Amino acid sequence: MAKKLMKGNEAIGEAAIQAGCRHYFAYPITPQTEVAEYLARRMPEVGGVFLQAESEVAASNMLFGASSTGVRTFTSSSSPGISLMAESISYIAGAQLPVVYINIMRGGPGLGGILPAQSDYFQATKGGGHGDYHLLVFGPSTVQEAVDHVILAFELADKYRNPVMVLGDGMIGQMMEPVEFPTDGIPPAPPKPWATVGMKGRPQNLIRSLYLNADELERNNIELRAKYDAMERDEVRFESYHADEAMDVMVVAYGTMARIAKTAIDGLRGSGKRVGLLRPITLYPFPRQAVRDASDRAKAVLVIELSTGQMVEDVQWAAREGVPVHFFGKTGGNIPAPEDISDEITKVLDGKAVPRGLAPLPLEAS
Amino acid sequence: MTAATIFGTPASLTDKITHYCPGCTHGIIHRLVAESLDELGLRETTVGIAPVGCAVLCYHYFACDFQEAPHGRAPALATGTKRARPDLTVFTYQGDGDLASIGTAELIHAANRGEKFTIIFVNNAIYGMTGGQMAPTTMPGQVTSTSPMGRDVELVGYPLRVAEMVATLRTPSYVERVSVHTPRQIINAKRAVRQAFEYQKAGRCFSLVEVLSTCPTNWGLTPLESLKWVEDTMLPYYPLGLKKSPDDEV
Amino acid sequence: MPKVLIEPDRCKGCELCNAACPQQILSMSKEINLKGYFFARVVDQTRCIGCRLCAISCPDVAIAVRTHAVRYNLFEY
Repeated sequence: MAKKLMKGNEAIGEAAIQAGCRHYFAYPITPQTEVAEYLARRMPEVGGVFLQAESEVAASNMLFGASSTGVRTFTSSSSPGISLMAESISYIAGAQLPVVYINIMRGGPGLGGILPAQSDYFQATKGGGHGDYHLLVFGPSTVQEAVDHVILAFELADKYRNPVMVLGDGMIGQMMEPVEFPTDGIPPAPPKPWATVGMKGRPQNLIRSLYLNADELERNNIELRAKYDAMERDEVRFESYHADEAMDVMVVAYGTMARIAKTAIDGLRGSGKRVGLLRPITLYPFPRQAVRDASDRAKAVLVIELSTGQMVEDVQWAAREGVPVHFFGKTGGNIPAPEDISDEITKVLDGKAVPRGLAPLPLEAS
Repeated sequence: MTAATIFGTPASLTDKITHYCPGCTHGIIHRLVAESLDELGLRETTVGIAPVGCAVLCYHYFACDFQEAPHGRAPALATGTKRARPDLTVFTYQGDGDLASIGTAELIHAANRGEKFTIIFVNNAIYGMTGGQMAPTTMPGQVTSTSPMGRDVELVGYPLRVAEMVATLRTPSYVERVSVHTPRQIINAKRAVRQAFEYQKAGRCFSLVEVLSTCPTNWGLTPLESLKWVEDTMLPYYPLGLKKSPDDEV
Repeated sequence: MPKVLIEPDRCKGCELCNAACPQQILSMSKEINLKGYFFARVVDQTRCIGCRLCAISCPDVAIAVRTHAVRYNLFEY
């Protein structure tokens, strides 16, 4: 297929269709509503189901029902809508259903703003809903990556019987870039003998997350943990941009921030500065080992996010002890220009920046 | 001549003894649904959706595939299931908290979109599973653990009449309120439950059967006294009967 | 002649069948079942008319009704 110029949100919708998804339930919310508007026209064209639900709560629960019948299904939303879905994400993870979520992040907390942000990192990778579960989380930095991640998300959701999230931001959703959809067929979805499609000649199939017996609930949680261990072993993805060389500053950033950082880094490297970028592509599982290994080659680390600091905590945890971790963030929808990032990197290079640290607790007199 | 069984356990029920309290009419309502599925030959192509409430474990008592929904969300799960597989018979089984409190949005919108599944709504004017709190359907003056002085309509308004509410929607549907507090009413309730599944089998419309039910434990009455309480206190406020038929003029 | 068969260990002693029976031939046993309930029992099987109202009223599917007599179906169930 030739490259096509598409708006991020629409490309995401098309990617789901290419992945064989024919069931989409969603609710409008800026800045991702175009996904729904695109699929409202496109789904009927491929004989699929498009349904605008009465709320994100309802949409997310429709995914539960549809996924239980074994079909590929997904929704798209933005930060406040994802908060509404948190309950059902927890249920879906507990019930071990494959579902794909697209979060086109916007400013928060609360109603926040409609401009891009990266302030849902904690929600996506560490929590959101209650209980011991994880979403497999992708952080695309181009519209093409978003397309690739959406298609991969359906495969991995089916492989692990776990919900998967593609964490974009308003820029990914709104901008137009050339994209290519895979020309050789997507591998078909695996058989789903656990689906609730009618109890014919077999025992009852039950999709649930309630286990009142402690041992049974523990067994479910151990099964879930085994999945996450497997993901941490097999599904880590990251990009190293000059981070396999010795660096004075290593930037760690994801999504669109990584792109802006690359431009800044190219400029600094042009004037001989040793700066590199480690770009996590999967945010869960976090490329802990890669960050650790790369930090061995760096004098300092600078984490850049469109937030007041979320992924930085994972970088602090992963980086080799003794390597100072700095942070630069912008919020509100103010997107830093490459020059702003160069300035911040330069501050760290010149020793004029204070690392991001936790204030030490006062020692109690004994 | 060998004896014929003229009343036995329906195939759509398992033989597990239920956890429901003595005299709780959940057991009767489960059986009416099961008998209807058997009579219409739907068991093997049915997916039920369990609520959160006393009936959260109802999937142990029905011999068909089941999903367990978050509290109140069953109509949304049913929508997703039925839209993905319109050939399956889909029903939800919900109590007053699930349907009339946390789940009213999902209920109204599924009904309004005319999703072609069946809701069995068990109205016993109280929250059973969590120990007897006030429900949106609790009667005025009724004592519950969160209305210890009796439901004060000045403070919290009047009980919700769900069947009438849903019947005001324009989208064609089948809505009826029945009861199971006397044998005669049980026989009538069976007719209504079966009718709902017949409409679904014919692919016609959304159906809601509201069933007045008892909760002896939390009402503080014996099972037999509870049947009388339905007759004396609930029936005048929640009139039985057909509220909407898909044959009505739109 | 119709026969009402009650499974004592399924019965929870709710007495709904007693009230339902038009022939008033059901009552509660003085003995308890496995769970400690006073279970329902048929007092006089010969007066059973096979109406099935007891079984219809039982929430626990503890009652089965069998017959090889001619029956009149007075209601649809």
